[in-house]
Amino acid sequence: MSKSKFVYVIYILAEPENVFEALTKSEMTRQYWAHDNVSDWNRGSAWKHVNSSTKEVRLVGEVIESDPPRRLVITWAFASDAGNRKKHTRVAFDIERVEKMVRLTVTHDELEPGSEMERGITEGWPRVLSSLKSFLETGKPLNVWTGKK
Amino acid sequence: MQVYGCILSRATETDKVFKALADPSRRKLLDLLYSTNGQTLGELAKHLDMTRQAVSQHLALLEEANLIATNWRGREKLHHLNPVPLYEIYERWIAKFERSRMRALRELKIRVEGGKG
Repeated sequence: MSKSKFVYVIYILAEPENVFEALTKSEMTRQYWAHDNVSDWNRGSAWKHVNSSTKEVRLVGEVIESDPPRRLVITWAFASDAGNRKKHTRVAFDIERVEKMVRLTVTHDELEPGSEMERGITEGWPRVLSSLKSFLETGKPLNVWTGKK
Repeated sequence: MQVYGCILSRATETDKVFKALADPSRRKLLDLLYSTNGQTLGELAKHLDMTRQAVSQHLALLEEANLIATNWRGREKLHHLNPVPLYEIYERWIAKFERSRMRALRELKIRVEGGKG
């Protein structure tokens, strides 16, 4: 069965450097995402996505490509699937300047259609990206997981 | 000025989304992409009773409103549903009113039950 792919785009009034930092610095991600993204973000390094309050490691992966502040590509898997390569999905962040704004494109592919990961990310990305935009433009994130069970 | 510019651009973005949604064919295109993401113009046009050119114009308007994102697979242009602006509208226009309705219901409950909350 072919793997599925989702593409999310958001325009943010910010500098590309700020957007790249907001994705990779745990003291920033915890403010709008409620999770810490932890890595040195060098190619080949591991990264993890940790719930900021419970410290539970939710996601793990590897840095495939890192070209700050333009592009970051990582693999993305539930911590419980760390050893199962077949369940590793891939996320690319592309940051381009468009006039005074930044166009952030998140391409999430290598997803198994109908999987828990696919359901999770299709609900998650619009929330996380809206919260990121609000955080960078106004200093106030949205309550990112409101209403999520 | 920065803040004003930000509010202005947000208003324009929102206008574009509502205008894009104000057409049944464009809503149908979004539904088609919701059921199968990443389709070509040709695949999408099969489901609509209009010329390819008209479908292409609708897709351009949806892309302009950032409701679809496109990328290339070889020579094929693929269209992906981008629900991010819809979530922003949900946050701005729906969640807020839901919250106030919940508060109103809670206050009603307190009054009816004669408690102090």
